[in-house]
Amino acid sequence: MRTIQRTHSADRALLRDAAAIAAAMVAIGASFGAIAIAYGLPTWVPFLMSTVVFAGGAQFLAVGLIAAGNPIAAVFAGLLLNARHIPFGLAVGTTMGTRWRDRIVGSHLMTDEVVAFTLAEKDPARRRRTYWLMGVTLFTSWNLGTALGVLLGGATGDPETLGLDAAFPAGLIALILPSLRDRATRVVALLGSAIAVAATPVLPAGLPVLCALVGLLTLVRFKRREA
Amino acid sequence: MLVVAIVVLGIGTYTMRLGGVLLRERLELSAALQRLLPMAATALLAALAVTATVMAGSDFAGIARPAGVAVGALLAWRRAPFVVVVVAAAATAALLRLAGVH
Repeated sequence: MRTIQRTHSADRALLRDAAAIAAAMVAIGASFGAIAIAYGLPTWVPFLMSTVVFAGGAQFLAVGLIAAGNPIAAVFAGLLLNARHIPFGLAVGTTMGTRWRDRIVGSHLMTDEVVAFTLAEKDPARRRRTYWLMGVTLFTSWNLGTALGVLLGGATGDPETLGLDAAFPAGLIALILPSLRDRATRVVALLGSAIAVAATPVLPAGLPVLCALVGLLTLVRFKRREA
Repeated sequence: MLVVAIVVLGIGTYTMRLGGVLLRERLELSAALQRLLPMAATALLAALAVTATVMAGSDFAGIARPAGVAVGALLAWRRAPFVVVVVAAAATAALLRLAGVH
């Protein structure tokens, strides 16, 4: 009985988290839709991007480059920014399920937030539920937000006024904090972050974050000390 | 042209998403390597959070955003619920901007 109650309260907490992040996603999706229209792009562009690409950072980058008349650069910059999904996929693996249908649909729902929520969950069954709940919630709210932005245009306001640019990093930090209790992970993450920040002014968007993987090299030293 | 660019970006992104997932199943990973994967993902998420906090493009992000994230991170460290962390971070940044601190 107690286990059931605990499961229920954990589910409620998960739903509450999902609702919070969905609200933020609607607002940022709306600003994406509004910006795309403000750039003078056809109405279908933000809709197609939010459903087919479904990656916020890459979408903002790509509409900017497309509006500047450089769709090829938009493709390359977007792909570079999204390359982190390869290591994300390796880490998440079969969390979404082992059936083909699960993998084919589930993979498309993979975003930074979904990965962070999923990895924060230790129990495999709950992990799977978290992946799908967050994935479906974020996909829905992102596309809903995009539609609102296209409809309302500039009336949606700037997400920075609402402080949403601070909300997303803070949310990610909250999710990875438990795994940072492990010393090796902490060292890798801190060094990786420092490298990424240092590389940001000199490398094109996407590469600095991937440079964080260099932090894994510290493990070589760790292992030698353990041995 | 435009539709081709967007679809290519979509297919490429999806291929990378699915590719990692399928690769994980195909590879026979040692226990050490299996421990490494969530660590790599955590490092990427940390780098993403930190660069998004302190940088705006290739410049520093100013004061309001890092301050908001710092408040959120402090609350997260004190084990505040996720919703509280996110709302406090946003509110701090928004209020600072309202007060003219950017």
